[in-house]
Parts: sequence; structure tokens; C-alpha cells
Amino acid sequence: MSLLTQKFEQLAGKKALVPFITAGHPKPELTVSAMHALVANGADVIELGIPFSDPMADGEVIQLSSESAIAQGVGLNDVLSMVSSFRENDTTTPVLLMGYLNPIECFGYSEFVKQANACGINGVLLVDSPPEESEQLLKLLAEKNMHQIFLVAPTTTDERIKYIMQSATGFIYYVALKGVTGSADLDSESVNKDVLKLKALGELPVAVGFGVKDAASATAVAEQADAVVIGSALVKLLGNCVDEKSVVSTIESFLKPIRIALNSL
Amino acid sequence: MTITYANYPDDKGHFGDFGGKFASETLMHCLEELKEAYSKFKNDPEFQQRFQNDLADYVGRPSPLYLAERLTTQMGGAKIWLKREDLNHTGAHKINNTIGQILLAKAMGKKRIIAETGAGQHGVATATVAARMGLECVVYMGEVDIQRQAINVYRMKLMGAEVRSVSSGSKTLKDALNEAMRDWVTHVDDTFYIIGTVAGPDPYPAMVRDFNAVIGQEVKRQAAEKIGGLPDALVACVGGGSNAMGLFHEFLDDASVKLYGVEAGGHGVETGEHAASITAGKVGVLHGNRTYVMSDDDGQIIETHSISAGLDYPGVGPEHAFLNHTGRAEYVTINDDEALHAFHTLTKVEGILPALESSHAIAYGMKLAKTMDKDKNIVINLSGRGDKDVHTIAAIEGVSV
Repeated sequence: MSLLTQKFEQLAGKKALVPFITAGHPKPELTVSAMHALVANGADVIELGIPFSDPMADGEVIQLSSESAIAQGVGLNDVLSMVSSFRENDTTTPVLLMGYLNPIECFGYSEFVKQANACGINGVLLVDSPPEESEQLLKLLAEKNMHQIFLVAPTTTDERIKYIMQSATGFIYYVALKGVTGSADLDSESVNKDVLKLKALGELPVAVGFGVKDAASATAVAEQADAVVIGSALVKLLGNCVDEKSVVSTIESFLKPIRIALNSL
Repeated sequence: MTITYANYPDDKGHFGDFGGKFASETLMHCLEELKEAYSKFKNDPEFQQRFQNDLADYVGRPSPLYLAERLTTQMGGAKIWLKREDLNHTGAHKINNTIGQILLAKAMGKKRIIAETGAGQHGVATATVAARMGLECVVYMGEVDIQRQAINVYRMKLMGAEVRSVSSGSKTLKDALNEAMRDWVTHVDDTFYIIGTVAGPDPYPAMVRDFNAVIGQEVKRQAAEKIGGLPDALVACVGGGSNAMGLFHEFLDDASVKLYGVEAGGHGVETGEHAASITAGKVGVLHGNRTYVMSDDDGQIIETHSISAGLDYPGVGPEHAFLNHTGRAEYVTINDDEALHAFHTLTKVEGILPALESSHAIAYGMKLAKTMDKDKNIVINLSGRGDKDVHTIAAIEGVSV
């Protein structure tokens, strides 16, 4: 059983908190400390963004964080090294890489999966690689007991959900709104309805992301979901941090209230 | 094994290893809907008749196949024919595709049109058809392109389109495309995205090609009448590659016809400042398809350079990637200064101002003609007229207009 699946089993009904940060943002040397701070303040799974020059489905906050990381020279090799360093002190928190396909295409699928596995990465979530284009990558990941997390959107039909479920492992990432990351206006009622439907159509845990920004929005969409993904709001705050101390305190003051709120559900 | 090119793409939108549908999940349903609608209307005689009528009466087709006699004499080799897409309404081949897509948008009940543009020709063509259909239209354009294509920006505004300036990344076409994709993800229910080239996720590459295939279909008929058979070579510029695919498509299975795609060599491929994705790029995934892209070793898309805003794109349509891979078409480069020289040559010798994009094709066609016998025939696609580039050229040459 993978670390990720184990984690969801251990949670046994407790809502998982899945924060997203961009690797290398605000500074490459702060990313590993940030990851540990996320875990210390209640993260169950970490989504680490691979900086990409053309993040088409992301909003301005994540786009700027990517541009900043790239400007500081952060590439996929560096992201892998960061996870290796993180693993020196944390072998139990699942880490997923999130991003776009091109950096992995350049790396080569086979070599990427080999190295990612060696670094202790548990899976990937690639915005522009739907199941129909993921056959080769899925096969390589499965050989290493790693996951490719697939998205389901409000526009995804029931028939397509069933199709996605055939390839999905780990959990399903439900995109809570039509829009880019960090957009506003979550309709939690319809999100909960959709999550219920997803759970009826498959066995996998469901995480909700896009538009979740604080304790109130997290609890509102976590009524039915197993996990909440929170990215842009956190990335925006981290953009103001200059050193390890400010990164750690920012993560604490942002994440802890959300953890406490989720625990109360 | 002989490849029958007419069979591509396959059901999944793949041209061999290229193409596909590398899109975010929010768009997948919409792309499936579009594919279904396009498959239906592609074979619907009424839709096709309307498309043909619009091409004839609104666009002004067929465009002439013109023998450039003085240019031919000057080069001293093969006969040079120009396919005059510059004479179309709005001044470029871009109108063929936008006419097709707006008819689809209307048939699908969409209320709002979005587009991205580099040189502004596609933006103008989209604003034109949106005005004609009475649909709301938003065009995304990089800040840099807005500056160098001020006249086209004004033309779009005159026709009621909103031009949104994009200041992210390199502030050119690729960033405008990213922004249009973001808009589409957000307004997917009522919005139709008119992509301007043979790139993007399936079904766009095949659909845009089909709407532009009228270029090659006319050339085949016109060549039969005027030269009594097939031409020996076809030459077209390639940014995303829609005018080239439009010209090539009808001839893909005619092995005797050589196909040349001309990429923007910018300051020279060796300088790294160019937009030659096939010649100097690598296979990757960008904007919804697998193709040749210009990226660094980390997979980051790198900035491109071309004198021509319309060729300044770090990717290329997946069918071109496929034609390069199979060897069916040959892809070459022409530098900024060669394109500029060709612009002046055609203008002075034939009295025709070609767009800077098309000037790349003219430049290669001129070189090629010299290497071929006088009884051979080359067709160069004159994809657009150069009025829009006059200010750019004047600025380069220090002339105030």
C-alpha cells in the first residue's frame, strides 16, 4: 500500500488538509523548511508545485510564484532535491508534485519516475495530462506504487467521471469552480452535492480545491469531502516572507486555524 | 509503408506521436462537445453550403493564383506563382477559419467569442465575424504586440471587440493564448474560443486546417487550368502554421509536390533569437498538444523573436510536427533581414506589399526558384498583406510616417 493510501486510511473520517506551495517560492532555500512547517501545523499531504513558465489553468498568484521560482533558477531537478532533503526528516507525509507536463516531457517519463521515486515522491498531479493522454506515465508510476491524481471539474459528465475513475488512484481532486486557481465565489452547496455524487460513483477519497482560502471556505466544502486543498491564499502570503522565521510563522498563523476548524467537523 | 495523410488525425486527435488533447479537466467536456458539433457540421450539406457562400460573397473567394512574371524573370528559374490570400476580406487567410468557427459557435448557441492574437490578423478576422454575427468579442493580445500592431488594435475596437492587454511572461502571443485559456476555463458555458492556428487541443488543429484547406483546393484547380497539372513545390510561412496547412492539405498525398514550411529565423537560429520551433525546438507539450516547442532543458517555454509578430510563437501545429517527422514536408528558416529584403523585392518588382509573415515564404521561394528549371512551377502562399507592417518596417529603417 502506498504512503498516500495509508494516510487516508489512518485518517479514518478526519478531514485531510492538503496545502499547496510552489517549490522555490519565495526562495529556493526556504522550501524544505516550509514543507516541515506545513506538517507541523496540520498538513496531511503536501502538494509541491513544479514551477512552469506557462501555467494556463492557474491564477495570477500561482503564476507569479512560478515566475519568481524560475527566475531564481528552480527547475525540476531542484524540486526533486528539495523533496529528498525533506525526506531526511519526514518519511511519513505523502508528497505529490503538481504542475504541467512539459517539464516532465523534457526530463523523460522513465527517468522522471525513477528519480522521483528515489527521492520519496508519492505521485503527481498534472493539470494538462488527462487520463486519455497519460497511458505511458500511468504505467511507469504504477510500477513504483506511485499515483497520478486526476481532476474532476463541475463540467465533467457522469460518463466521463466513470472513465476517469478507471485510471484514478490515490484520491480524486474535485475542482470546486469553473475558473483558475485562486478564483472567488465558491458555491459550497453545489460542491457538496457534486462530491456526494463522486463518492457514489467510485471508491476513492475526494479532495476539493480551487477557491478554498480560509477556515470558513475549507469547512464549507469539507462537509462531504475527505480532503481540502488550499493553495493560492497561502502562496500569496508566502510571497511576503523573507526568511525561514517569517515562512514558519506565516504558515502557522494561516494553516493552524484551518486545521482546527476542519477538526471540528 | 506509404502513409495516407488524409487519414490523420486519428480518433484521439493524434498525428502519429503529435497532437492530442492535453487540456485541463474543466475544458474536456467542452472540447468533446466541440468535436461532436464539428463532426456533425463537417458532413452537413447545409452548413457546408453556408460556409462556401460566405467564403465567396463575404471573403471574396476564390483568391487568384497570380503568375509573378517580373519576379520570376529576376530569379531566373522556376515560375513563381502567388496564391493571393492577401486579397481576402480583412487582408489575410485568417478570415477563412474565423468564418468557419463563428458559424459553428452560432450553431452551438454560444453567446460570447474569445480569441488571442499576435500580429492582430486573427484578432481582426475574429472581431470582423463576431461583429457580423452580433456576438460579444474579447481579444487577448500581448502588451508588446499591442504596441507593434496599433492599427490592427484600432480596427478590432472599431468593430466592437474588447482588446485585453496581456502583461504576463514575454507579453506576446503565447501569453495571450494562456490568458485566453484562463478566460475560457472561467466562462466555459457560454463562450466559444476561436483559436487562430492549427494548434491547441483536439479538435482545433484538424478543424482550423479544414477551414483553411480551401486555399490548397483552389490552388489545385487553378494550377490545373493555368499550368496544366500539379505545381512542383509549395511554399508557406509557418508560425503556428495555419496558412501552410491550408495550402498543403490538399496535396499531402501527391508525392510529386514538394512542400516547404518556412519558419522565422529571427536574428539567426545560431543566435537563439528566433521562432523556429521545428528547426531548433524539441518535442514537448504546450497549449493542449504535443508538438515541437521552444523550451529550455527544464521544460520552460523560452521567449522567441521574429520581426513578424504573427510568427513569434514558441510552438507549431502538431500536423507540421508530424509532416516533419515523416519527411513529407521540409522545414527551413528565413532570417529577419532576408524577410525584409523579400518584402522590398516583391513590393518593387510586383507592386504587392506582403505581410512580414508572408515575406518569409517569399524569401525562401525566391531562393528555391533559382535552384529549379524554368519549366517548373512554385506556388508561394501570400498569406497576408503588408499594410499592417508598414509602421514596423518604417521604424526599423528609421523612416517617420
